[in-house]
Amino acid sequence: MQFFFEVLIAGLLSGVMYALVALGYVLIYKASGVFNFAQGAMVFFAALTTAGLVDSGLSLWLAVPLTMVAMVVLGLLTEKFVLRPLVAQHEITLFMATIGLTFFIEGLAQAIWGANVRALDLGIEDVPLEWLLESANIAVSQFDLIASGIAAVLVTLLAIFFSKTKIGRALRAVADDHQAALSIGIPLQHIWGIVWAVAGFVALVAGLLWGARNGVQFALTFVALKALPVLILGGFTSVPGAIVGGLIIGASEKLAEVYLGPYVGGGIEGWFPYVLALLFLVVRPEGLFGERIIRRI
Amino acid sequence: MKYITRIFLAAAVATVTWSASAQEQFIPAIDYRVGPYAAGGSGFFGGAIDYMSLVNAKGGINGVKLVWEECETEYNATRGVECYERLKKSHGGASLVEPLSTGIAYGLLDRVAQDKIPMTTLGYGRSDAADGRVFPYVFPLITSYWNQAAGMIKYLGDKAGGLDKLKGKKIVHLYHDSAFGKEPIPVFEAYAKQLGFELIKIPVAHPGNEQQSQWLQIRQAKPDYVILWGWGVMNATALKSAQRNGYPREKMLGVWWAGSEEDVIPAGAAAKGYSSMTFNTPGNYPVLDEIKKKVYAAGKGNLEDKGRIGSVYHMRGVTAAILWVEAIRKAQEKYGKGKVMTAEQVRWGFENLNVDEASLKALGAFGMLPPVKTSCLDHEGSGAVKVQRWDGKSWKAITPNWVTGDKAMIRKMQEEGAAKYAAEKKIKPRDCSKEG
Repeated sequence: MQFFFEVLIAGLLSGVMYALVALGYVLIYKASGVFNFAQGAMVFFAALTTAGLVDSGLSLWLAVPLTMVAMVVLGLLTEKFVLRPLVAQHEITLFMATIGLTFFIEGLAQAIWGANVRALDLGIEDVPLEWLLESANIAVSQFDLIASGIAAVLVTLLAIFFSKTKIGRALRAVADDHQAALSIGIPLQHIWGIVWAVAGFVALVAGLLWGARNGVQFALTFVALKALPVLILGGFTSVPGAIVGGLIIGASEKLAEVYLGPYVGGGIEGWFPYVLALLFLVVRPEGLFGERIIRRI
Repeated sequence: MKYITRIFLAAAVATVTWSASAQEQFIPAIDYRVGPYAAGGSGFFGGAIDYMSLVNAKGGINGVKLVWEECETEYNATRGVECYERLKKSHGGASLVEPLSTGIAYGLLDRVAQDKIPMTTLGYGRSDAADGRVFPYVFPLITSYWNQAAGMIKYLGDKAGGLDKLKGKKIVHLYHDSAFGKEPIPVFEAYAKQLGFELIKIPVAHPGNEQQSQWLQIRQAKPDYVILWGWGVMNATALKSAQRNGYPREKMLGVWWAGSEEDVIPAGAAAKGYSSMTFNTPGNYPVLDEIKKKVYAAGKGNLEDKGRIGSVYHMRGVTAAILWVEAIRKAQEKYGKGKVMTAEQVRWGFENLNVDEASLKALGAFGMLPPVKTSCLDHEGSGAVKVQRWDGKSWKAITPNWVTGDKAMIRKMQEEGAAKYAAEKKIKPRDCSKEG
């Protein structure tokens, strides 16, 4: 039983890390109806920029705000040169544009900082909590616990931002209908600029935590793969949904790998969350917390 | 008259240029400098190009200069095959091909045999391709995965106080869930049966950036050693996860694709004390100094970051190019010094390589790689490995001499594997006694 709980806790903590990446997708989708394929590339760009600045001799405390500035600029430029010319175009057109953006950002990051892999030290030791290990023989990573705390704070802030602020309400209006929002005087470009900047901030937080966890390398773009089933499960428009989806995906993939894996040759962690998400999609297409769309046909 | 003189002069220059290019031996560089594995690709191909530049700076191979053209694959098998097809007839024809990718190598296996172009697969690819009777155009030079796996068990046995001391021990094989990760399993299983240790196989799904469930299983099994057969982000993640779960890195032994700076630097302090296999002894060598003096000082170095000269991937690239150049040199001894060799002639050179200690001394690479002697039967040429340890800043060799496992057992397995492949593909193995 102790081992079961150990696996479950590890899964829940990993799930929070997936949710961090999923949040970036939710933000952009919620505000603009665009599935931003480039979110993984943004995570990589943010982590590489911070690590690059630190390696150039800057302190982490200076490198992080500078990277934040870079992410805001990247977001604003994306809005101006990629999204603005495509206003009122079909969703698939915007989606294709973000695919192009992915390759551009990946290339840009490596062109600026090179292809070398880097370490990123946030000063948080990634070791098991000793007292828990000694008292209950359960290994829980100190780093993952702190990362979960950061994610909780971030989600709370974003939830308040969306529901309690004027900009948050404007964001939701834009998401519902671009043209209707424009007609009542909501500045679309301004709103999109803000949301891309906020998504850049979320990408920075995810990049810092994932970069410190596994190192800063191109493979950071792959963390996006972990976020997709989270989105399907939690819904594309719900911030709390991303967290709950992350927890479910994290816990189920770990339990499946440990208890189901040995019967099917192991290595199922990669595809199991997708199967789970697919099954969920059949029962509840809008996800756990997504908005149910009812259309008259 | 002046105009006509100019035309003749231009024609003469063109002729000289053409004849100069006719004295060039073409090597396609099917490489990857962007994408997920760019760090390894840029180091390896940077090293190979640096050595070829050095050879050219010293006058070429008996006057024949080397020329190369790069084609970016991003480690993608389809692009790799496309690059090969695009470059195989360039500059008078490719002398050899080295894709540094198991996927691309598999894609080219039949094509190189058809085009009669030798393919080197240094430290990767099919282990049974060492049987030159079935795979005349493939050269898994120095050491294949199977001999590496045998070397690993030999090392762990030595560490335990003798191979017999491995009886009753638990060894985890933590592997990338792909053909690459599964390749050494037959060797480990044969040794487990022979020596009586328990082999626990734990796969990691690609890309391997999340391994908590695997490491919890490892924690529960309490193994004596963990063999890390990983690639890319999986390696740094494994080291970090080991730390997160309190498993000592001193008990971990990695495949050589988990043994470069790119594998340990992202793991930071978690990598300290970790060991891996290698077919190069880390350190500095006269050939590297020469590259710095004659190539980088002349502004012709391939690496942007000079600090990477002599790094694991760079040294592997230099090693590969040394063997390519020696194969061409060997071919010239038979087919004519100072002539450009055909791919078929270079293949003969690879099959008759004899890079002994004296040659390595002359090349400034003594100790950097083991002596390599190939034949029609043996396209591997060595089978020796070393073990290196990361001290937090650099790799240090911890086995003073080259280590070999049970080479007879491995050879038997290679011959069986090759015979099976020959039967599947309806290949009639060559009779090596008739080869010149």
